[in-house]
Amino acid sequence: MKQKLPLLDSITLIDIYIRFMLLFSRQGKLRLQKWYVPLSDKEKKKITRELVQTVLARKPKMCSFLEWRDLKIVYKRYASLYFCCAIEDQDNELITLEIIHRYVELLDKYFGSVCELDIIFNFEKAYFILDEFLLGGEAQETSKKNVLKAIEQADLLQEVRLLNDIDVGTKAVSY
Amino acid sequence: MPAVSKGDGMRGLAVFISDIRNCKSKEAEIKRINKELANIRSKFKGDKALDGYSKKKYVCKLLFIFLLGHDIDFGHMEAVNLLSSNKYTEKQIGYLFISVLVNSNSELIRLINNAIKNDLSSRNPTFMCLALHCIANVGSREMAEAFASEIPRILVAGDTMDSVKQSAALCLLRLYKTSPDLVLMGEWTSRVVHLLNDQHMGVVTAAISLITCLSQKNPDEFKTCVSLAVSRLSRIVSSASTDLQDYTYYFVPAPWLSCKLLRLLQCYPPPEDGAVKGRLVECLETILNKAQEPPKSKKVQHSNAKNAILFEAISLIIHYDSEPNLLVRACNQLGQFLQHRETNLRYLALESMCTLASSEFSHEAVKTHIETVINALKTERDVSVRQRAADLLYAMCDRSNAKQIVAEMLSYLETADYSIREEMVLKVAILAEKYAVDYSWYVDTILNLIRIAGDYVSEEVWYRVIQIVINRDDVQGYAAKTVFEALQAPACHENMVKVGGYILGEFGNLIAGDPRSSPLVQFNLLHSKFHLCSVPTRALLLSAYIKFINLFPETKATIQEVLRCDSQIRNSDVELQQRAVEYLKLSSIASTDVLATVLEEMPPFPERESSILAKLKKKKGPGAVSVTELEDNKREGGELNGGGERGPDTSAMSTPSPSADLLGIRSAVPVGAAPASAGSLLVDVFSEAGPAAVSAAVNDDGFLRFVCKNNGVLFENQLLQIGIKSEYRQNLGRMYLFYGNKTSVQFASFTTTVSCPGELQLQLNVQTKPVEPLVEGGAQIQQVLNIECLTDFSEAPLLNIKFRYGGALQNLTLKLPVTINKFFQPTEMASQDFFQRWKQLSQPTQEAQKIFKASHGMDTEVLKAKLLGLGTALLDNVDPNPENYVCAGVIQTKGQQVGCLLRLEPNAQAQMYRLTLRCSKDSVSKRLCELLAEQF
Repeated sequence: MKQKLPLLDSITLIDIYIRFMLLFSRQGKLRLQKWYVPLSDKEKKKITRELVQTVLARKPKMCSFLEWRDLKIVYKRYASLYFCCAIEDQDNELITLEIIHRYVELLDKYFGSVCELDIIFNFEKAYFILDEFLLGGEAQETSKKNVLKAIEQADLLQEVRLLNDIDVGTKAVSY
Repeated sequence: MPAVSKGDGMRGLAVFISDIRNCKSKEAEIKRINKELANIRSKFKGDKALDGYSKKKYVCKLLFIFLLGHDIDFGHMEAVNLLSSNKYTEKQIGYLFISVLVNSNSELIRLINNAIKNDLSSRNPTFMCLALHCIANVGSREMAEAFASEIPRILVAGDTMDSVKQSAALCLLRLYKTSPDLVLMGEWTSRVVHLLNDQHMGVVTAAISLITCLSQKNPDEFKTCVSLAVSRLSRIVSSASTDLQDYTYYFVPAPWLSCKLLRLLQCYPPPEDGAVKGRLVECLETILNKAQEPPKSKKVQHSNAKNAILFEAISLIIHYDSEPNLLVRACNQLGQFLQHRETNLRYLALESMCTLASSEFSHEAVKTHIETVINALKTERDVSVRQRAADLLYAMCDRSNAKQIVAEMLSYLETADYSIREEMVLKVAILAEKYAVDYSWYVDTILNLIRIAGDYVSEEVWYRVIQIVINRDDVQGYAAKTVFEALQAPACHENMVKVGGYILGEFGNLIAGDPRSSPLVQFNLLHSKFHLCSVPTRALLLSAYIKFINLFPETKATIQEVLRCDSQIRNSDVELQQRAVEYLKLSSIASTDVLATVLEEMPPFPERESSILAKLKKKKGPGAVSVTELEDNKREGGELNGGGERGPDTSAMSTPSPSADLLGIRSAVPVGAAPASAGSLLVDVFSEAGPAAVSAAVNDDGFLRFVCKNNGVLFENQLLQIGIKSEYRQNLGRMYLFYGNKTSVQFASFTTTVSCPGELQLQLNVQTKPVEPLVEGGAQIQQVLNIECLTDFSEAPLLNIKFRYGGALQNLTLKLPVTINKFFQPTEMASQDFFQRWKQLSQPTQEAQKIFKASHGMDTEVLKAKLLGLGTALLDNVDPNPENYVCAGVIQTKGQQVGCLLRLEPNAQAQMYRLTLRCSKDSVSKRLCELLAEQF
């Protein structure tokens, strides 16, 4: 019988392109986590701890790919934030690197020169943008315009509802 | 607060986040969080109904707290309420909460599914997308059950908005990944394939992931996608860099879609249609050409996107492995990358070249880069890149460059990362053995390995060098001289002492003529290491000493004195004490002749697959050693003969009566003895039968593979292959055994015996005729067994095979895969009947149950095939849970019929099964349960 940890099982058996995406700061604080494979909270925490440690220990000029368990981690640092994706060994590392970059561009365009604070205070938006871009661990829409159009439409929908809603406690809508 | 706050700001949330950020300590943070949790809880429990905005705000706060790493055990209901809000913003937060904190609470799932159902049928594309995102994010089985049939309809409907189609495609893919049995494409197949032609690039990008996955599983149904993919790819590749507008990424047209198209094509062999193939080859050439063009932008994104496509194209070229021209071009391109200033490209080039090295068309081209790769191994600063370089050197190694590569790997080993040393050691050992023409070089290499990385040299490696030295008499003198010299070092690794002890014990006489390595000098050298060694090594050294007494009678007195001293003869370790006592006695009572016979030089080991290679395969998983396997297929001459797993193992002796064992001529290890003890050193030294006895342990492995099938290869080693074909009717069976001689040498005295041990002789009747005693090299002979099942049984008949190969007696015992289930007659029955009988068989002893972990994938089709192979009828629409399998059958024996019902309940989430058997006879339930628990 195969003697594999249950953790490895669900993470390697379900063949989903991007298994998960993590954003964390140089201080090791997790800023965003998106899991495309089903894992328990305990497993997620364990993986996060392990990966944050491994990636932070890497030196600047090292390559952006590293083998980790049966998977491959593709990561890149933008200012104070590390973005990292877990893919399978046979998957395309470079195109994954550009998935990360496109997501950064999307955040940047939406927030206007995005910084770590934007993601902290508007984490829900960061999730919404990610869901428009990647779904089920696969690229859903790679056009920057189309993704942002979808998000902006949603925002617009919110504005309209908000203005019609007298019960709203705050109208601090700023541009 | 950030400058930008788009959409609706939730001020309360922002304040809370600021508070948390301002906390000076972890304790302060926890305090603040607990305060907030108490606040939210009271709000949720309060009498006053909360408005949508507050509910959303609190749910969002809970989400934030959860994402900080704290547990959240309430708020799910409020989040579910938000789903049915008609305000987009509230709905969206509700869905986000559900996606992140999915709870398998079934009450809740039903409510969530209801909300999703409403949104899916709302015809509002924004709501539909939210619902689809939620399904894709959660992807649970309950959701698959509820929506798997609805989503394909949305995907292919003419009036579905593009954005909804995109979400639907990937949502379906996600459900298919976890519950493939619930996603049935059937009638939609052709329309889904044609999404590759969709005008909207986003739709194609999303749909192709789904199509690729479905093609992998059902290549035939989806094969029309090949020509569509080729023409789509061709259009993209030949388009100008601005044609595709927003799908152009840093001057590269549609890189993601291109990669996905190339990936899809890797599910299929090269297109058969000449025109399609021509067009594809053109695309691949264009991609290779573009790599040579000057970059259109200096941005790394440009080169990354361009190279991502290039690497994917190279993967396809390697996958086809049929276009020598493209393979060599790919190799040259990668060669350029080997010296690129981007670390990422160097890493990928090394990795990709590794697969190219295994193609016969490009192997030579890869070899031309050896200097660059060696340089990378020496100078790369990133260990993961160095590791790729080492892998590539291993892959490109052949007889022409083996010495250079092994030397480089050895010197790398001195500074290599601890994490990869063991693997490096195995690789060096394999290459040294595989490509050794000059055996003194092989011996030097392995001894160097022990010197440099002794701690990482596993038993397999040093067993192997001994096996080879014993099998090659041209290297024995050299080996003795070299180990003697190596042992001169004041601190040498224990593995070196083991090898030294063994080799000098066997071949010390070959260097004894030189006064500098006279018998006594040799003995004193070995004995000077004795006290620093572990018990197994000391045991081995004691055996070397007794061999010395035989080789060099002049050392007898000295050695007897050593054996006689209290620290040996009264050693607290039983093994050491026993050896000392026995050897002392043997040396004093046995005549010279007896001594010479008993302590004769080891006979050659039988030829078998290198155990080191097996170890590397096990370590790296299949595929990792593909190059070596490729080489194995076209075996070149001059390979070393190798022994198998058996090494000069020094594990404890198994016989309680030492004197009987010493002088008795042991012919075989008793059936059932553990393989470890079969290889014990004493057995080796004294056994007359030689190495043959080793394989006499019963082979269990092949046996279990035949529970659910009747034909296949039961056993195979370097010498012999045994195939089986069998058929069963009622309580009778006939089995054809095919013995194939894989060598070019005749097998003599070939005899086979089938026996039914113990009470099995009363349960099973097996008859056969003897086979011809000679099996020519390359020939196959057949034997027929007639089997009759008298009553139910649990044991398996044993097949013993004996023959002589090159003088050595081979002895092998296998379990014949005759299992009780072979006598099944399938029984069809309706649900009602099944459960009625199930209830009738309700005595606790009639039921056997096991819960076990899946050891294979849980693919429905495979499971069904196995259950049918079992011999029972697989009953549909019986179990209320369609995930479960139920089977029924009657076992036919001469004396009686035994009715059996089986139920297998898979749990895909946990990767577990529960297997329940109920039979009219207790022992049958038990036996079937044991057999089947190993099958899934």
